[in-house]
Amino acid sequence: MSRISKVDRERQIQQEEAGQHLYANRVKVYPKSVQGPVRRFKWAVLIFCLTLYYVMPWIRWDRGPNQANQAILLDMAHERFYLFNLVFWPQDIYYLAGLLIMGAVTLFLVTSLVGRVWCGYTCPQTVWTDLFMWVERRIEGDRNERMKRDAADVTLDTVWRKVSKHLVWLFIAFWTGGAWIMYYADAPTVTVQFWTGTAAIEVYFFTALFTATTYLLAGWAREQVCTYMCPWPRFQAAMLDEHSLTVTYQNWRGEPRSRGKRSGSAGGDCVDCGACVTACPTGIDIRDGIQLECINCGLCIDACNHVMARTGRPSWLITWDTLADQTAKAAGTHTKFRFFRPRTIIYLTALVMIALTMVVAVAMRPGIGLSVLHDRAPLFVRLPDGNLRNGYVVKIVNKAAEPVTFEVKTSGLPGAELTETNEGLGPTTTLVLPVAADSVGTFHVFVTAAPTGLVDGTRNIDFHLRDMTTGEEANYRSAFMGPANTGPR
Amino acid sequence: MPTKIEKDAVTGHMTTGHEWDGVKELNQPLPKWWVYILYATIAWSMVYFVLYPAIPWFGGATKGILGYSTRDAVDADVAAIAAKRAVYMDKIKALSFDDIRKDPQLMAAAMTAGRVAFAENCQPCHGAGGGGNPGYPALAAGNWLWGGSLEDIQKTVTHGIRAPGDDSRQSQMPRFGADGILKPAEIAQVADYVMAFYGTPVANADMAAGEKIFTENCAVCHGDKGQGDRTQGAPRLASRTHLFGDDRAAVIAQINSPRHGMMPPWNTRLDAATIKSVTLYVHGLGGGE
Repeated sequence: MSRISKVDRERQIQQEEAGQHLYANRVKVYPKSVQGPVRRFKWAVLIFCLTLYYVMPWIRWDRGPNQANQAILLDMAHERFYLFNLVFWPQDIYYLAGLLIMGAVTLFLVTSLVGRVWCGYTCPQTVWTDLFMWVERRIEGDRNERMKRDAADVTLDTVWRKVSKHLVWLFIAFWTGGAWIMYYADAPTVTVQFWTGTAAIEVYFFTALFTATTYLLAGWAREQVCTYMCPWPRFQAAMLDEHSLTVTYQNWRGEPRSRGKRSGSAGGDCVDCGACVTACPTGIDIRDGIQLECINCGLCIDACNHVMARTGRPSWLITWDTLADQTAKAAGTHTKFRFFRPRTIIYLTALVMIALTMVVAVAMRPGIGLSVLHDRAPLFVRLPDGNLRNGYVVKIVNKAAEPVTFEVKTSGLPGAELTETNEGLGPTTTLVLPVAADSVGTFHVFVTAAPTGLVDGTRNIDFHLRDMTTGEEANYRSAFMGPANTGPR
Repeated sequence: MPTKIEKDAVTGHMTTGHEWDGVKELNQPLPKWWVYILYATIAWSMVYFVLYPAIPWFGGATKGILGYSTRDAVDADVAAIAAKRAVYMDKIKALSFDDIRKDPQLMAAAMTAGRVAFAENCQPCHGAGGGGNPGYPALAAGNWLWGGSLEDIQKTVTHGIRAPGDDSRQSQMPRFGADGILKPAEIAQVADYVMAFYGTPVANADMAAGEKIFTENCAVCHGDKGQGDRTQGAPRLASRTHLFGDDRAAVIAQINSPRHGMMPPWNTRLDAATIKSVTLYVHGLGGGE
């Protein structure tokens, strides 16, 4: 049993009297279908994005025997990311960081130029919601029919339509979740495994997870994802200025609204038919100006153009335009669209620089790698003959698709002798070490030398690695240590 | 203090009635389903309270009807790992050193077991990685007192040095000064002679006298050239590594009244397979023969 204070109770009554509650029911949006150039463009982008999503994992790519032959594959188990001709190792993770930064800067640039086109056309939330809405219209009919059916008593007709709609949604969601898995495992193999019940438990789990999220987010949550969950609408306004193209209701042309009046009479072009509102997938009124909820899809433009044509008024009352141009037009003039502005120049420069760095870095990516880790304990061992011995873990990265024999030498330490303990090689001045294809070879190397030339118990030693097939080289500088009282301080 | 609910002139929204120093809160209603998710998490916490250990209580937290315990989970994990290890450890116990070294997987298991056992039992004296400490031999240096083959190391680890038990390795150096066998001047002469073995000649030393004393008293164990004798654990003197220091004072002190280290027998604490693993690990530190 809950007790609330008198003051709180009074406030509650006041709020309810004012028609205000602290928690609101979702106002269900019934977007009306529209036809027109914007809608056709949106369909084209949708088909393109979905095709890309479903087809990409099935592209085959020959990388030689015993190598993954999928063009795009994130192989978690073997720690490899295959992207056509490129193969990335976990050590290459900074390329992913570069790619993400490029994505972010591109998004900033595009937003500062043409507004939230990402939100309106290519965001997965938009693409799948649009697809789900299309299914809904095919089964339950357009806006008016759906609203009528929802308001009326439940009939058999309502039930089978609703049930089949959700079944189709779940079906699409399942194929969405299933296709996601293909990026992480060999697509044909995992498909067969999935249907024969032999796939890994993770495959079933993630398929189920992405089925559930697709169904809930595109079927039920829809515009609420954009208005309540997504952070992007909250800070995208920082990329916009008065020269960014956004979906705009031309206030100066439309107002005052002339409901029920014929064209040519006094008043604005807006006939207040509400077509823009009913077409909106997020359920807002574009005539209120730029809003957080507006995803800039432009479906209201098609809806309005249709009405303008029927009432014999010029089209594009709602259009893509800049705030600056709108202000100018209201004053009877016109401003040109400015592509180059300080912010677009900054975004463009950053983008070009990062892209160039990435291309150069990827092109010059070494095929071999060397890292040398000095043993932590003991730092050195003094041998009965007075020499010093240091131990190192030498790791050799071979990114080639065939086994490679490497040559390891040192410099900077006169008379240094190398011994490899695991393979039982040496003592020698040049170690010859084989590393299997596409792997990291780990070797424990002892370096023995006279305790000369040490400064405060240490001196530099350089390890040189050479690929005996290609001649490619890599170097690593480490330290050779002795007692702290050896050499000048 | 709550104020009246009113319409905000700028935004057209209603206020919630909350006011802080003149700042009023606008009512931007939260979607109801969002609130229901909060309620659902509260409901879940109730279920969790019943199923799992939750409320601190006298004599430990409430147990929960599933009887789950993180300690049991750890015990089960440890038992599972022990069962997995047992397969390898049984093999290590049964096979010879040569056979273990021929099987890379078994060798890796032995080296890991050896490394862990070494860190827990041997490292406090012999140092990490067998680097040694004053009075405790450097195992990585190859200057063995009792031999550096796998069998020698295994015997030393198993039975210890100067430890109780018939199988333990025993050796003792007489107290040449303390028991009056040599005079202080003679000790100084032989110390100078010994220091020349490892390349630290002392100025104005009477080497002939030192050699005579060494031959009569020391060579029987340490060898005529100070090469040592592993059969009786006599240290090699012609070496740049020394158990108790290499300056003149340290050498004289050792001849006068030798210090003798002691190593416990490990067969009372470690099982045979672990001792074999430690042996392989110590052998691989760089000094193995």
